[in-house]
Amino acid sequence: MATTRAPLRRFADYAVLSVLAFLFVLPVLYLLLGSLKPSDDVLNGLSGFLPTHLSFDNYAHVLDALNSDSTGYFWRFMGISLLVAFVVVTGGLFVNSMAAYGMSRLKWRGREAVFTLVLLLMLVPFESVAVPLFYMFNEQRNTIYIQAIPFVANAFSVYQFHTFFRSIPPSIEEAARLDGAGPWRTFFAIVVPMSKPVFASVAILTFLTQWGSFLWPVLMVSDPSVRPLPLEMSVFQGQQPPDWGQILAFGVLLVLPVLIVFAFFQRWFVQGVASSAVKG
Amino acid sequence: MTAVNTARPIRSGPEKRPRNRDWLHGLLMSAPAVAGLVAFVGIPFGYAVVLSFYNVRLGSPLAPSFFGVEQYRRLFTDPDLSGPFLRALLNNLTFAVVVVPLQTGLALALAILLNRKLKAIGFFRSLFFMPVVFPMTLVAVIWRLILARSDQGLLNSALHAVSFGNWGAFDWLGDSATAMASVIVLSVWQGVGFQMVILLAGLQQIPGELYEAADLDRATPWQQFRHVTLPGIRGTLVFVAMLTSVLSFRVFDQVYVLIHGGGLDEDATRTVMYQAVSTAFDQNNIGQASAITVVFFLIVVALTLIQRRVVRPDNED
Repeated sequence: MATTRAPLRRFADYAVLSVLAFLFVLPVLYLLLGSLKPSDDVLNGLSGFLPTHLSFDNYAHVLDALNSDSTGYFWRFMGISLLVAFVVVTGGLFVNSMAAYGMSRLKWRGREAVFTLVLLLMLVPFESVAVPLFYMFNEQRNTIYIQAIPFVANAFSVYQFHTFFRSIPPSIEEAARLDGAGPWRTFFAIVVPMSKPVFASVAILTFLTQWGSFLWPVLMVSDPSVRPLPLEMSVFQGQQPPDWGQILAFGVLLVLPVLIVFAFFQRWFVQGVASSAVKG
Repeated sequence: MTAVNTARPIRSGPEKRPRNRDWLHGLLMSAPAVAGLVAFVGIPFGYAVVLSFYNVRLGSPLAPSFFGVEQYRRLFTDPDLSGPFLRALLNNLTFAVVVVPLQTGLALALAILLNRKLKAIGFFRSLFFMPVVFPMTLVAVIWRLILARSDQGLLNSALHAVSFGNWGAFDWLGDSATAMASVIVLSVWQGVGFQMVILLAGLQQIPGELYEAADLDRATPWQQFRHVTLPGIRGTLVFVAMLTSVLSFRVFDQVYVLIHGGGLDEDATRTVMYQAVSTAFDQNNIGQASAITVVFFLIVVALTLIQRRVVRPDNED
């Protein structure tokens, strides 16, 4: 129906979309421009948008300022965040997809009970177990592994995989079994390769949540040597007087890895999220 | 094992062994995730319930003492504690009541707008989705600048310009009347793209013939929306609204970052989770904080169940 649209109508569509998109993206533009400006120019009314005096000085200063034992090392914060996110995402994909397969495609007594347990645990928001978790793992404060391990098993991921696996026709597995493949081989050699969309969507959702993770590090991390990036961001922006150019440059460095991942996987992501949501 | 397996769909007698194997494999496959969930969600939650019945303080030399329901009683009746707690609860409710319809409606409008076959439509979709990938800590910083209280703040100076100089400085985050509204605006900005993508997928599942038929019947765009679009995405819309309301109840990051670093009015924006975290770590009162989190959990579960109940009759599969 769209192909028969009059040119005028199409022009109107573009105009409306462009105006909305511009308003919507303003804060991002402000972030980018501000990160390239001297700090005095950032919080300076509308001129904060004028692309004058652009330079990468702020970035250099951030990397400079966070380059000593007393203030911490920027690349270390970044490395911690990447490492934690990597463990949570890859470990989570492995463990949660396997569990979902075990519960959706293998028949065993008690599997409904176990899956119901998972659904119940999905209702428990992380926020409401943060305090007791903190109390239980107080001794493990300021370690890297305690930032990752609690988030590997994820009820929502299990649920997403479960929804997807349920829709696979049984004939595919029957064929694999005829060829002599056991459940493990069937899963890893047949089911996993044909489930790329759901793997991509779970991976990206997990990565986004983990990359922005804030509450748990606030509770568990005080030592800069194991501090993840978002926590450092909030420490950095709390400095007095605030140096806005540098803070925004820090922000760009914080979001850049996610934007890169998003740019590469967005098609899968959109398909995957959408399919598991619409079915679920 | 293969020989027996092939017989499985047909016969019922000799299938006992593979079934047993499936039991073993199913359990082994499920074990790591289930163990993790029990260890890091189930047990801590049970522990929260236990802690809430004790008087536990961090770093206190006194051993925890049994407290009964005292923590809960205080939460609702001790004026010093119940005042801030009930205020936090009210703030949570305000946030949810405004954000859920606002964000869902906005996401639907965007999804409809973006559900066209135009060139570069993918580009536009990505633009609206982009803020979703921004960590809340960063979103809070950007909006802290936009809403800055001085006349140099972006919003203030824009209003100054369009009002021909009649608009002065206004403290959006610090004024109790606008503090929550500010938090709502930045939260919707960050989250709306996610809902949009899901609704867009729902829209794309509506068969095009339905619109063609509606066109033939000379249905107005509004009639098409009412009688084709809305029924077509009913399930998706309900899913999105439920997801948003549960997530909106868990609001924490932006409030915490802005109260601590951005001069956000604390009273008007403190949420239940914020209350729990500051009770636990600023006041070292773990027992009290656990009681808050248990109450919080019960509210989230009640909300979920009510929504399921409301939705179920029309949405049976």
